[in-house]
Amino acid sequence: MPSLKDLKNRIESVKNTRKITKAMQMVAAAKLRRAQEAAEQSRPYTERFNAVLGGLAASVGGSDSAPKLLSGTGSDQTHLLVVMTAERGLCGGFNSNIAKLARSKAEELLAKGKTVKVITVGKKGRDAIKRDLGDHFIAHVDLTEVKRVGYDNAQDIARDILARFDAEEFDVATIFYSKFVNVVSQIPTAQQIIPAAFDADEDGASTLYDYEPSEEEILADLLPRGVATQIFAALLENGASEQGARMSAMDNATRNAGEMIDKLTIEFNRSRQAVITNELIEIISGAEAL
Amino acid sequence: MANTMQFDLVSPERSLASLEATSVQIPGADGDMTAMPGHAPTLTSLRPGVVKVQSADGEKAFVVTRGFAEISAESISVIAEHAHVGSEVTKADLEDVLASARKSVEDAASEDKDAAEKFVADLVHLMDDMD
Repeated sequence: MPSLKDLKNRIESVKNTRKITKAMQMVAAAKLRRAQEAAEQSRPYTERFNAVLGGLAASVGGSDSAPKLLSGTGSDQTHLLVVMTAERGLCGGFNSNIAKLARSKAEELLAKGKTVKVITVGKKGRDAIKRDLGDHFIAHVDLTEVKRVGYDNAQDIARDILARFDAEEFDVATIFYSKFVNVVSQIPTAQQIIPAAFDADEDGASTLYDYEPSEEEILADLLPRGVATQIFAALLENGASEQGARMSAMDNATRNAGEMIDKLTIEFNRSRQAVITNELIEIISGAEAL
Repeated sequence: MANTMQFDLVSPERSLASLEATSVQIPGADGDMTAMPGHAPTLTSLRPGVVKVQSADGEKAFVVTRGFAEISAESISVIAEHAHVGSEVTKADLEDVLASARKSVEDAASEDKDAAEKFVADLVHLMDDMD
């Protein structure tokens, strides 16, 4: 049985842990609000961009002259997986869920005899991927220094991927990120970005546009930017998911710490009473002996 | 026919403007164009330049680099990769863009070189105009 002093120390230390997790939860809540705002503000851009690009792709896509970014290279032998995770841990299953999805996809592709290459964004994903898919790991994008993810970051990643595409290093690119549903639910998602895949609904196709310069030129100009746009949207979505996951993880931790404190306090009081009872017995039996 | 149209200017990071406009001047890739309500549906890419919006409240200017504009009879959407409100923008904001554009000229493959150089030239021209 632990002594009174030990119990007291343990209660103190769990109390300190609870303070930390509580603070982390509140920080995550504030950051989540900001991340959600950022995601919301980018939404008009992404939606319009995809609507226009989708319309263009639908009208040009069928022809043989369609750009490779849209029609693909004609094979699907080499797959590039871009795994986007957080730079920091302590956010529940967030990082491992994304890594798990990427890993199962990679295993599925490898079983079919395809070549798999992996680029990671975010330190935590890199650690997980290096452990399991070390042979396929080719590059890492470091965002540790970035306080607030901007469009420029997405552009840099997109530029790197496009350069590899031009160098024919891969045929199909898929990004892995977590879709933010709400604070308790984030869905790990895989999305193919090269060749570009669009939703089939064509409400924009009803309008016939004049193009300046030509339709093909605009499409060729837009497609690489579409990659950046999708990556940017995924990064923002990921940012919100990370904070949401951290918030609920820290909320749980705070609650657990509270329960533990209650349990330890009861134990502390019991042993304190036992000590008092013991002392009383000693005093009384001592008095009787006289 | 209505004499105003919906004007939206969005960049990836935020939506800069959403208002009723009477006419909008756009720096199209093939030259400036002014769109008024009832314009034929057009899709054009942008060169670095100034978007000028005339509305009931007066004129507003926005500096944009890269992007495209979707014009229809009732609305105009300018979808720009970088956009700044005209009165806020300083040369420093554009220096970064210019620096990376200059770099991409050096890196560009020969067939893309013209386009990259044109982009730089447009930027320099835009910055000269700001003085």
